[in-house]
Amino acid sequence: MFPASFDYAKATSVADAISILSSVDDAKLLAGGHSLLPLMKLRLASPGMIVDIGSLTDLSYIEDKGDYVAVGALTRHHDVQNSRLLKSVVPILPYVASRVGDPAVRHRGTIGGSISHGDGASDLPAAVLALDAKFVLMGPKGERVVPASEFFVGFLETVLSSDELLTEIRVPKFSGGWSFQKFNRRAQDWAIVGVAAVNNGHTRISLVNMGPTPLRATAVEAALADGASIEVASGRASDGLDPPSDLNASSEYRRHLAEVLVKRALAEALR
Amino acid sequence: MTILETGSSERVTGKRLLRREDPELLTGEAKFVDDIVQQNALYMAILRSPMAHARIVAVDTAIAKRMPDVFAVMTGEELKSDWFAPMPCAWPVTGEMKNPPHYPVAADVVKYVGDAVAVVLASNKVAAIDALAAIDVKYEALPVIVALEDALADKELVHPELGTNTSYVWKLEPDKSKVDQAFASAAHVVKSRFVQQRLLPSAMEPRGVLVVPQPYGSEYTIYSSTQIPHILKIMLSLTVGVSEAKLRVIAPAVGGGFGSKLNVYSEEVLALTLARKFHRPVRWTEERSEGALATIHGRGQIQEIELAAEADGRLMAVKVNLIADMGGYLQLLTPGVPLLGGFLYHGLYDVPAYSFTCTGVFTNKTPTDAYRGAGRPEATFAIERSMDSLARKVGIDPAEIRRRNFIPPEKFPYSSAPGLVFDSGNYLPNLEQGLEKVGYAQIRAEQQIRRSRGSKKHLGVGLSCYVEMCGLAPSKVLGSLSYSAGGWESATIRILPTSKVQVVTGTAPHGQGHETSWSMIVADRLGISPEDIEVLHSDTAIAPYGLDTYGSRSLAVGGSAVYLATDKVLEKAKLIAAHHLEVAAEDLSYKDGSFAVKGSPDKAMALSSVAFEAFTAHNLPEGLEPNLEATVTWDPPNFTFPFGTHIAVVEVDEETGATELLRYVSIDDVGNQINPMIVEGQIEGGIAQGVAQALFEEAIYDGSGNLLNTTFLEYLVPSASEFPSFELGNTVTPSPTNPLGVKGVGEAGCIASPPAVINAIVDALSVFGIEHIEMPASPEKVWSAISFSRGNSR
Ligand SMILES: Cc1cc2nc3c(=O)[nH]c(=O)nc-3n(C[C@H](O)[C@H](O)[C@H](O)COP(=O)(O)OP(=O)(O)OC[C@H]3O[C@@H](n4cnc5c(N)ncnc54)[C@H](O)[C@@H]3O)c2cc1C
Repeated sequence: MFPASFDYAKATSVADAISILSSVDDAKLLAGGHSLLPLMKLRLASPGMIVDIGSLTDLSYIEDKGDYVAVGALTRHHDVQNSRLLKSVVPILPYVASRVGDPAVRHRGTIGGSISHGDGASDLPAAVLALDAKFVLMGPKGERVVPASEFFVGFLETVLSSDELLTEIRVPKFSGGWSFQKFNRRAQDWAIVGVAAVNNGHTRISLVNMGPTPLRATAVEAALADGASIEVASGRASDGLDPPSDLNASSEYRRHLAEVLVKRALAEALR
Repeated sequence: MTILETGSSERVTGKRLLRREDPELLTGEAKFVDDIVQQNALYMAILRSPMAHARIVAVDTAIAKRMPDVFAVMTGEELKSDWFAPMPCAWPVTGEMKNPPHYPVAADVVKYVGDAVAVVLASNKVAAIDALAAIDVKYEALPVIVALEDALADKELVHPELGTNTSYVWKLEPDKSKVDQAFASAAHVVKSRFVQQRLLPSAMEPRGVLVVPQPYGSEYTIYSSTQIPHILKIMLSLTVGVSEAKLRVIAPAVGGGFGSKLNVYSEEVLALTLARKFHRPVRWTEERSEGALATIHGRGQIQEIELAAEADGRLMAVKVNLIADMGGYLQLLTPGVPLLGGFLYHGLYDVPAYSFTCTGVFTNKTPTDAYRGAGRPEATFAIERSMDSLARKVGIDPAEIRRRNFIPPEKFPYSSAPGLVFDSGNYLPNLEQGLEKVGYAQIRAEQQIRRSRGSKKHLGVGLSCYVEMCGLAPSKVLGSLSYSAGGWESATIRILPTSKVQVVTGTAPHGQGHETSWSMIVADRLGISPEDIEVLHSDTAIAPYGLDTYGSRSLAVGGSAVYLATDKVLEKAKLIAAHHLEVAAEDLSYKDGSFAVKGSPDKAMALSSVAFEAFTAHNLPEGLEPNLEATVTWDPPNFTFPFGTHIAVVEVDEETGATELLRYVSIDDVGNQINPMIVEGQIEGGIAQGVAQALFEEAIYDGSGNLLNTTFLEYLVPSASEFPSFELGNTVTPSPTNPLGVKGVGEAGCIASPPAVINAIVDALSVFGIEHIEMPASPEKVWSAISFSRGNSR
């Protein structure tokens, strides 16, 4: 598996990265490379230029900002997993990071890369969606802040434009119950179906691998808000969704798993 | 009891010596084919068919030829005149077997996705790969046969010129009337159908080959990631038409094979053909996804098995009918693999009547061939699954049905109905040890408690008792099975002038630790340190004779040859020592590296002195040749028959269908153990590979003959995280077949484990009335079975 040939530039700063992105047609940012490089090796992606932001260490941080925690886009999964701050004020996030891939993946992959990639089958995007996080995007015209609920658009598609960089993830603190249920066959695999539940006064539930993007289980949330039991609410886990069929699972089985996992997640988060 | 004779006061064999092979493997220093630096080499890349069955209408290579760094682009049509003979199949199992000619690059018609269509040579690897995309091939689609039943029906043909998809029908039915009578009078008949899914062997190191023409004299050195350097040398000579005397095959460090490198592949033939054509070194390294298509697959069978039994469950007859998937062509041993299990479908049970039929059929898929266990995992699965069904029918515990049927110890050597002689065995104590270790009664009790509580996590326990045949093999028997080679093994031992020892073996290790084990055997016999012994192998210029490594044969056959060669060299040394000590050879005893006169131990001569005397040859007994070297070629009188009990404990989640393997106990009897740590390593890896078949792995084809899972993202090779720690034990019943009393352990784990796991799952699911789950027992399959059973009971 060898990628097609490409040019390479090493960005020296966020501004430098943005200026390269703006001047080259088919440039792609390279963070941890653990989503991009496999696609390139399979020749499902063949960017003309790679802009390596791997050495922008000033984008790797986890900081307490009062009612939210700011996580730099280049923070590795391993560092999210082991952050004392996150463990105390957003415990679901380190836990989800700990369930991503294997140790090698977690030492290379970045939270910003995972979110920018926008894969509906990935764990962290669903987690930040349930957490109602906000993303800071930097472009030639400056900065904009986009809520997670508006960020994911379609299959591997987000609101990021080709000359923008995700710099920071703002994760609200919360003190309620939570749960992350990941169902897979091998420890290092992506979820066949996953469920993140966060209970902070009201309950937000998001689903992994139930559609082209990370998704909120809005029917379940509404049922709970109407006072339905966990049993009844979880029965609505796949309402309005059209989960994919692949070698790991049929669409029908995914619907079933979503119900089981939402039920388990709610039982844990609402305990 | 042990048979091994030792010249050492402290035994080395039986110790858990660390493997001498490991430091270089663990530090990345070991040199695999792709690590070999070769100047001026051409990199080969192969364009593979995306169609399962199609006529090649046109191949346009013009653009590819003009690409930078490209040296040559050739189609099958253009290479026709370079072939000398078709690719070899060494096992024509019947006189009528159909074996269509198979060339390294297809010229007219492709027969499976992955079949080679064109080849590129370039001065670097990336240029070669990039050029593939520039070759334009026009195909005309032909009918595709994927399912085995469709192949059998002959409505469409893989090779129309043969008039049928059936390659052969092979029957083993010593006494048909006895079988018929048994079924006519049986109190119980159990009939089952099982599917042995296709598997990708997935060795850690993909295949690779480098052919280097020597400057003058058209000699060739072939480096290949192969299990069979010796057989490869012969086959390349016959296939490419280069004198065997001009070929040297080296298997450098080889990163596993599991049978997939027990073959002669088109890339090996091509690389030699092109190196000869262009007088340049040619090299190729397989890519992982390429290997999924281009390396043989394992298993691929539909099994029908029928048991006839008395009212108390004692077996009267076993009848088996197989359809075996050959794939698009016959590779080296393709037709013979299912037959290696054909003698063992009665397992370790005393069964008087036996009938086995195998029909090998062509399909438009990658050829199948030997994969760890080769035939015996399939046989073990069928009989062990059926024994559980029989137990249910008779109304007794699965352990009890086995106890009632074991071949009793007094019947050994046991002549089986299919015609084998089992060397030694003592099955009952082995089973009881397993049941005790796992705590069988407690597990059954907990299972009941969970059931009465209505738990949605169902406990299941599954037994698998196995016997297998390995130590391939008595040459005469192989001859009677129409196999084109023998089963002997060769060993040379050399005690050098400085008293260090070289052992040359014809076996070809690729991860098993032969260097460690062979040095232990010799160290024991000579009474010297294993550190003073080097083991040389896998280079036909160094080890000219050998039949390589597969079928758990190396220790039983090759290790025995090493032991006998050591004996032989000691006999010679003894003559020299006797000459110098001026006594008769019979008056000498040998221990710890020294000959001493019996009764007067101070009159002695060290082996090191004998070695130097043998080298200077100043004073040798009249007529004795200088130097201390001996060669033995040993042909075993029989196969060996390891056996054991494997027990899986699983928890099945009724809501998701997921199976968790909670515990795994195995009690294996592989005869004497030279290095128990290596034995355990082989068993653990084997168990993991067998559990992988039971729970995870399957090469999935769609109806058009596309292999859908060619990456490890989709082809689920499990990792250590998916397993509990295995709980191993053993019994020791030495084999009388060879001087070491060993049986072989390379395949046992993956022969035994699939039925243990599936029996456990079916045991857990018996509350739903479920009687079988096909492999791999994926969560969705289990969930569907549960949903279906509920639908039925509603
Ligand atoms: C074997 C394996 C197992 C895995 N298992 C899991 C799993 O179980 N769960 C899971 O969720 N993920 C899994 N992953 C994916 C892993 O988490 C990736 O690391 C992550 O999805 C991408 O992060 P990255 O830093 O490697 O991004 P890259 O691969 O470098 O980039 C991914 C994409 O995002 C873009 N990008 C990167 N950074 C930015 C930025 N700051 N701003 C804008 N665009 C950016 C890139 O241009 C590219 O298009 C696995 C990966 C592998 C290889």
